[in-house]
Amino acid sequence: MNAVPMSHGLILGGILFAIGLAGLLMRRNLLLILVSIEVMLNGAGVAFVAAGSRWAQPDGQIMFLFILAAAAAEVSVALALLVRYYRMRGTLDADTARGLGE
Amino acid sequence: MLELLWLVPAIPFASALVLAVVRLPRKVVAWLAVASIAASTIISLLITYSFLHAPPAGNAYTEVLWRWLDVSGFHPDIALYLDPLSLIFMVVVAFVSFLIHLYSTEFMIGDDGYSRFFAYMNLFVASMLTLVLANNLLLLYLGWEGVGLCSYLLIGFWYRDPVNGLAGRKAFIVTRVGDTSFAIGLFLLFQQLGTLNIQDLMRVAPQSWHVGSGVAVAVAFLLLGGAVGKSAQLPLQTWLPDAMAGPTPVSALIHAATMVTAGVYLIARTHVLYALAPSAQFAVAVIGAATLLLAGFSALTQHDLKRVLAYSTISQVGYMFLALGVGAWPAAVFHFMTHAFFKALLFLGAGIVIQALHEEHDIFRMGGLWNRLPVAFWTFLIAGCSLAGLPLITAGAFSKDWILWGAASAAQGSTGLWVAALVGVLLTSLYTFRMIFLVFFGQEHTPIAKKPGAAMLIPCIVLAFLSIAGGYIRIPFAHFLEEVLPWTTRVASAVPLSETASATAAGLVFLLGLVLAWFFILRRPSLSSALVKNPAGAALHRFWFSDWAMDWLYERLFVRPILWIAQIGKGDVIDGSYDGLALLTQGGWRALRSTQSGKLRWYAAVIAGGTIIFIAVVLFL
Amino acid sequence: MSGPMEAAFYVAAAVAVVSTLLAISRLVAVHALLYLIVSFLSVAVVFYTMGAPLVATLEVIIYAGAILVLFLFVVMMLNLGTRDRDQERQWFSGAAWLGPAILSAILLAEVIYLIVSGATTGGLSATVGPKEVALALYGPYMIGVELASMLLLGAVVGATHLSKQEARP
Repeated sequence: MNAVPMSHGLILGGILFAIGLAGLLMRRNLLLILVSIEVMLNGAGVAFVAAGSRWAQPDGQIMFLFILAAAAAEVSVALALLVRYYRMRGTLDADTARGLGE
Repeated sequence: MLELLWLVPAIPFASALVLAVVRLPRKVVAWLAVASIAASTIISLLITYSFLHAPPAGNAYTEVLWRWLDVSGFHPDIALYLDPLSLIFMVVVAFVSFLIHLYSTEFMIGDDGYSRFFAYMNLFVASMLTLVLANNLLLLYLGWEGVGLCSYLLIGFWYRDPVNGLAGRKAFIVTRVGDTSFAIGLFLLFQQLGTLNIQDLMRVAPQSWHVGSGVAVAVAFLLLGGAVGKSAQLPLQTWLPDAMAGPTPVSALIHAATMVTAGVYLIARTHVLYALAPSAQFAVAVIGAATLLLAGFSALTQHDLKRVLAYSTISQVGYMFLALGVGAWPAAVFHFMTHAFFKALLFLGAGIVIQALHEEHDIFRMGGLWNRLPVAFWTFLIAGCSLAGLPLITAGAFSKDWILWGAASAAQGSTGLWVAALVGVLLTSLYTFRMIFLVFFGQEHTPIAKKPGAAMLIPCIVLAFLSIAGGYIRIPFAHFLEEVLPWTTRVASAVPLSETASATAAGLVFLLGLVLAWFFILRRPSLSSALVKNPAGAALHRFWFSDWAMDWLYERLFVRPILWIAQIGKGDVIDGSYDGLALLTQGGWRALRSTQSGKLRWYAAVIAGGTIIFIAVVLFL
Repeated sequence: MSGPMEAAFYVAAAVAVVSTLLAISRLVAVHALLYLIVSFLSVAVVFYTMGAPLVATLEVIIYAGAILVLFLFVVMMLNLGTRDRDQERQWFSGAAWLGPAILSAILLAEVIYLIVSGATTGGLSATVGPKEVALALYGPYMIGVELASMLLLGAVVGATHLSKQEARP
């Protein structure tokens, strides 16, 4: 039985996570920052499912479901905030939102 | 009865604590403050009674309360020691303090710091009683420092005026010079003899040291330094005239009952050491004689009523030192007692006068008060006569004659000292009657604002009685002290005079002073002003007025160099290191602040970087 | 499980990586979202090849379906135009990508090192069907489900609140 090794699944998750991180740091557009966060969550999900599959347990998939729920909640609130922000400032530039530093 | 001894200092101390901590209405404050000292006075009188009736074994009583500390052989106790010497000091201190407290209840009634004032006063009395009753020098030193602290607090009592604060600081710092010398003396004593218990010391010292040995002389001189500071003798007397910044009852307390006589007590208490160090004892006599003359001259020129009294105190304590120095121990203690009575009375009377004349201190703007403040006048007159030494009647005359006789006949006496003391009598008489004539006779300058009430007059009357009656107990007094402080006589008197002749001379000199004062102040006032106006007289007047330019000298000799050193020492290496620390902190703050940019992506990058470092640490370490 | 499944895994993984890379580097938001859909779909395939059909289905329905549609709605609402694209180009030019790329590369290297050096042996062959997942979900993970539902409810309330306040002047 020559299946895909577990490490490859995990590495795929890692790659997706790293790409998401890079996007998060690179982009100034708030919308694309949110997209990057989705990618990172997805990468984490891949790792969970791979681990669950390795041990033939449902727990990995359940964790993915929770991630899914969290992502859905996060995206809905974040997008609402983003729309408000755009109406307020007329831009999606993340670097203009720096009231914390002053 | 004697077991109650510990209550004598404890009650005023407890009362001071209560007054300092609890906020009470004025009436209660006055009652508590006076009642505490009254209780301590009554107890001390009861103790005196039982001491006289049934003297304890060895004519001394020790009460050990608890062990203070115990460090490798050094174990001073909190213990009280009662013998005739400390008994006399205790009774006089407690009784005079009681009268001054009673007086203060009325004198200070309008003051905001009523409770604070009495807290300090009670603590002052408690410290002095501790000092007097201590059975070892360390406890004595505790009382000594307590007295110093309270004098600082009370002289600067009206602290809103910076001048008063300055006077308080000066008193504290100048006496600190003496205290340091005292402390070094204690170290030396302990290092040499291994104990600080006074009775042990007095017993061991003559066995370990021969007369005139270097260590004995060093110790005696170091203790003398402490006594000189506290008792405002040459060369550390400069603080006392400025101490007049405090309320008048405080001056009375400092001058009469507590503080300045502490030095006298210390030397009398350790007289065995001075017997072992004749040179130190001679120094005591010389300091006393010089101080009494110098202060007498300064007193002649002062305008401020309280400053005249201050210089007279310095002068009178000089007499006590003279008596101690020549070995006339009981005469010094006797003079302490009579001085406590009449000097307290003088200050209380001065307080009445000053309050009556709208806080007027200048004696040239007073006058004609004798029939408007009759009680104050008569009591002040009695005290003044006692101070100047009106022969045969007043207590001051008896004690001063005794000192004069001591200067002539005691072991260390000499003609020079006797003559100095006699000149001192003339000066005393002169400045005392100058003051009395200027204040109570002559023209009226200022109308009277306030008549003293009963609480202020009763202490004056009691003290006036004592200023006269106190003198008649000289013989039993000497007998009572004989065992503790034997009169050191020698066979041939230095001055070819009998005791009666010496007293007669003093009486004549007193009369001379009285007449001179009358002549220059009342009969021919123009003459004295002419004397002051001519150049030599003016220069001398200025010189004496400024206390022989001592303050000027010290200012240049000590204060300015020290300030200068402080100035140049301000930017030294150590200071630089602190500044560097501050700069480092500031730099750290700047660096950390720049990380808080408010940029979302920067924060995310920092989190990522932190994760990387964390994983790397887990991986590779 | 044999050859075809394995091949499907690697192909889908490669597509996922490439499309994700493209997704985060597009200048126009809609393009990025389209690539993201491709990425999610290929990850769904990966899930299926790893023996998790339920999750694969949910990935398609929820991620690629619901969440991405949400994104697209927002893009439409914001009405982003060429001005934004020019601005994106300006933001994205130069070495703006260099630091993040290095940081991510280091992190990835560390993760891969961890995975390879760790005892992660074994293959991904076991299929865990919807039934087992459902039994576990409504058994031991009941509280988690409840908490997730609360979270989603909170998100609904929050999103509604935010958009409602906006309606006010």
